Amino acid sequence: MIRYSLKRLLSLCLSLAVASVVIFAIIEIAPGDPAEFMLGINAQPDTVAALRSELGLDQSKLQRYLTWVGGMLTGDFGTSYTYRTPVSEMIADRLWVSLPLALYALALSTLIAFPAGIYAAARRGKPGDMAVMGATQLGVAIPNFWFAMLLVLVFAINLRWFSAGGFAGWEDGFGAGLKSLTLPAIALALPQAAILARVMRSALLDILGEDFMRTARAKGLSRRQALWRHGLRNALIPVLTIIGLQFSFLLAGAIIIEQVFYLPGLGRLVFQAISSRDLIVVESVVMLLVFAVITVNFLVDLAYALVDPRLRSRT
Amino acid sequence: MSRNLLLGAILSSLVILAALVSYVWTPFDHTAMNIPEKLQRPGAVHWLGTDHFGRDIFSMIMVGARTSLAVALVAVGIGMAIGIPLGLTAAARKGSWLDELIMRGNDLVFAFPSLVIAILITAILGPGAINAIIAIGIFNIPVFARVTRGAALPLWQREFILAAQVAGKGAARISAEHILPNVANLLIVQGTIQFSLGILAEAGLSYVGLGAQPPTPSWGRMLADAQTMVSLAPHLAIIPGSAIVLTVLGLNLMGDGLRDWLDPKLREART
Repeated sequence: MIRYSLKRLLSLCLSLAVASVVIFAIIEIAPGDPAEFMLGINAQPDTVAALRSELGLDQSKLQRYLTWVGGMLTGDFGTSYTYRTPVSEMIADRLWVSLPLALYALALSTLIAFPAGIYAAARRGKPGDMAVMGATQLGVAIPNFWFAMLLVLVFAINLRWFSAGGFAGWEDGFGAGLKSLTLPAIALALPQAAILARVMRSALLDILGEDFMRTARAKGLSRRQALWRHGLRNALIPVLTIIGLQFSFLLAGAIIIEQVFYLPGLGRLVFQAISSRDLIVVESVVMLLVFAVITVNFLVDLAYALVDPRLRSRT
Repeated sequence: MSRNLLLGAILSSLVILAALVSYVWTPFDHTAMNIPEKLQRPGAVHWLGTDHFGRDIFSMIMVGARTSLAVALVAVGIGMAIGIPLGLTAAARKGSWLDELIMRGNDLVFAFPSLVIAILITAILGPGAINAIIAIGIFNIPVFARVTRGAALPLWQREFILAAQVAGKGAARISAEHILPNVANLLIVQGTIQFSLGILAEAGLSYVGLGAQPPTPSWGRMLADAQTMVSLAPHLAIIPGSAIVLTVLGLNLMGDGLRDWLDPKLREART
């Protein structure tokens, strides 16, 4: 197990290193000089040059790459070109919106998908199963930002239960913050719930055909008892993998939903930073998201190996 | 043919038909503004109503179908053109450094949050349909590479491949002549799925203003335009969204149906 973990850890570090080079390279080819962009078209060449050296843009590419990566390893993400505040502070502020939103959406998606998937598997081929599967087909086909607009139309504009956008902040209490994240979380959760319910159903159906399930039935358990006591626990392995993947997707995938609801999260930060050529912010947020995805995948792999020893030898 | 496949094929054909017909005929000129007739509800003259400039929504949806389908189709083409040869090579050289390089490269692309990178690419290269295609296409490459490799690997153990090797055929020729035809079914199914994901991605990029630019209509941008007017004229949001849902639903149903239909094991189980 230790050897396996070390091997996976090495590949994690390698992936992160390559990812950082790729992100840096993409940003490097971006047209438009940040210093010129910040000072406007009427700026004097020497003012631009001064700002370039202040921002460290006159250093060689390699030097800037090493400064950026070295800084991130110590928690220093640099200073935003436009806001002149530390990028790490800006990210921390935005995380207070994006992280709860992702967790909220993940909780909703799990709460919807588990019962739906179990129900469908238990009634395989019957009308209940077909209804759930039909609903999931629709769920994966709906763009989440459009669903968000419909939610706003119904629950914010017509019923006035929620506000149409913006974030109340956590200062006015947990409830107010949670309320302003509810519609965005539902919009994000729906397509994920549809995918998760399908995975849950097919994982359970695979398990139902196993020998140990037949044994459980043979020793006198009812279909439902066998499903709950033996089936569910085994079906959880693939389901947990998908949940792990979904979390990182929700963190990064909220970018458009944050636009719909004017939420001050990470996605909106990237968006604003791209349009104002605040490249250091873009670099750092994208790297952070990639880090989250790679790390979650790594943890899922480890958890998998812990549960299923057969996987350790297969790398 | 299953019900899914039939329903999916009908829905997809309708969208393709609308896109093709839009080249020769639309009820109105999709760019013609007619302010006195703005924000009309669906009716006899304007079947799906008009937008805030009085443009005919039905015509815009027809031309928008063109944009969606073209972007998604070319993006799938990019993914297939690069991903399939990569997958075939990786399978033919299983265990070699080349295989390792291709598969680790794949993992890396998978680790990037696709939407963020797509937004980054379109923001750097400038918004537009072509750059949206590139951004979506890049993320299709590892999908096809992985599916191709996964399906090709067990084939390399089969007798008919051994026979081809004994006959003196090289790995490249075996891949092209024997492996590819045998994995084609799977790739077609995956292509349908990626096609529907491409339509969703194009809609998302257009919605945030990074897809096709005006005056080219696109479903995503119609939704963005509708956002501020959704309380005045809900049909502006409901119609383009429904077009996206029906198209994606049609393609997904067709993909599922094709998979069941093309998989001989599932077909035998049914008969």
